[in-house]
Amino acid sequence: MIEISHLTRKFEHFTAVDDLSFTVAEGEVLGFLGPNGAGKSTTMKIITGFLAPSSGTVRVDGHDITENPMAVKALIGYLPEGAPSYPDMTVLEFLDFIAEIRGFSGQEKSRRIEQVINDVALGSVCEQSIDTLSKGFKRRVGLAQAILHDPKVLILDEPTDGLDPNQKHQVRQLIRNLAKDKIVIVSTHILEEVSAVCTRAIIIANGRIVADGSPQELEARAPTAAGLTEAPSAPGRLEAFFRSITEQGAL
Amino acid sequence: MGTTGIIFKRELAAYFSTPLAYVFIVIFLVMNGIATFDLGGFYQRGQADLQPFFNFHPWLYLFMIPALAMGLWADERKTGTIELLLTLPIQLHEAVIGKFLAAWVLSGCALALTFPIWLTVNYLGDPDNGVILAAYIGSWLMAGGFLAIGSCMSALTRNAVIAFILTAAICFLFVVSGSAIVMNAFTGWAPQTLIDAIATLSFLTHFEAISRGVLDIRDLLFFAAVIAAWLLASAVVIEIKKAN
Ligand SMILES: Nc1ncnc2c1ncn2[C@@H]1O[C@H](COP(=O)(O)OP(=O)(O)O)[C@@H](O)[C@H]1O
Ligand SMILES: [Mg+2]
Repeated sequence: MIEISHLTRKFEHFTAVDDLSFTVAEGEVLGFLGPNGAGKSTTMKIITGFLAPSSGTVRVDGHDITENPMAVKALIGYLPEGAPSYPDMTVLEFLDFIAEIRGFSGQEKSRRIEQVINDVALGSVCEQSIDTLSKGFKRRVGLAQAILHDPKVLILDEPTDGLDPNQKHQVRQLIRNLAKDKIVIVSTHILEEVSAVCTRAIIIANGRIVADGSPQELEARAPTAAGLTEAPSAPGRLEAFFRSITEQGAL
Repeated sequence: MGTTGIIFKRELAAYFSTPLAYVFIVIFLVMNGIATFDLGGFYQRGQADLQPFFNFHPWLYLFMIPALAMGLWADERKTGTIELLLTLPIQLHEAVIGKFLAAWVLSGCALALTFPIWLTVNYLGDPDNGVILAAYIGSWLMAGGFLAIGSCMSALTRNAVIAFILTAAICFLFVVSGSAIVMNAFTGWAPQTLIDAIATLSFLTHFEAISRGVLDIRDLLFFAAVIAAWLLASAVVIEIKKAN
């Protein structure tokens, strides 16, 4: 369970995350939606312990992120925006490093690495250095490092951003497969992604929650005035709703 | 292996996965050879010691050590891996120390590979090998001081070249603060305590004391304190700047 309570983060005088409160339970795949600059990444950086909150609390499985960051970090698998990884390492070296940091050694380490290489289909590029990989493969390396320790909580910041449609499909498939009895938070600004993988969506704008519900509920709230009479598909309705509430929020 | 050790191992391997480690070692050896045998008048002096060799080290480190340190944190920030690293279950000080140790061990390897110069002086004469060992230790400690400064400067920016320049500039101040030029400029008008204080901060003063073969605990503690202070400063800077 992730409990976020009155979370606020300021940069200088700018408030990127503004009094955010919500909880996520096991089994939920939460889509974190919002326009660019809404505060999605900042929220994720706080949950994962990279940034300190200006005020408010984050608890993961009962552990407070500021009081016990090590316990929280051990529970979380995190794919930061852009899937950064060490370009000079090969895929195997990189996963080996992550596995050791996560406390695995010997056979267990080899087994885990082999498993994630299978899960995200990295077999063909194992020995290649990461800077020679295509964007899709780099993203999969980032996913592999995030799921290597079979974390209870998976936080993925724009996991499909910049991928081609096939790669997007594969990554979504992967997230769906991983989601069982985990907590997954996926940020995106692609609305069809929410319908495709999430059980719940939170839309944020200007650091505040503007909507929270299942994708179907949010679609149902799409205003008919949005002029989408001839596009009644589910993602289309969701998009209409998204636009109507986030545009209000920004001026 | 502890977390510091895992990070140390990764960083050391990273040096050797690019040409940086090899270029560093080769240039370090070549420069030492030139300095010792050409500039230092190794043969002409007719003395069986390595003074010219070690006297050159502060100046050699001045532009070589920043190259080792510049990427330590600046590259993590530039590629975004800092976010990956610091959301793994590690403590910040483990990352700071692990990275520093990797660079320090690499500079130690380069230093150890100057052993042919030591063999030469032993072949030609009968040097005091105790003094030479002390000087080697002093040189390595001084490299550690430079590297710790470099770690902190690298944490300040995401641009490795800027980190290089900042490191070289600050190290230069720490070296020259004990040189004859600076000391002479202060003598006569400045109070003796100030002159002593400036000289005390100088890498040169402490290194020269050690390299004369006097392993005074105060000189060793000086370098240990410099390393500890700058690594602590690195951690503070990383904590403050990581959001940007
Ligand atoms: N380090 C920072 N310093 C100043 N402003 C920042 C910093 N990081 C993010 N911001 C600002 O906070 C807002 C939210 O950013 P972010 O969380 O990255 O949004 P999102 O991921 O939803 O696109 C943006 O307006 C961004 O400019
Ligand atoms: Mg973002």
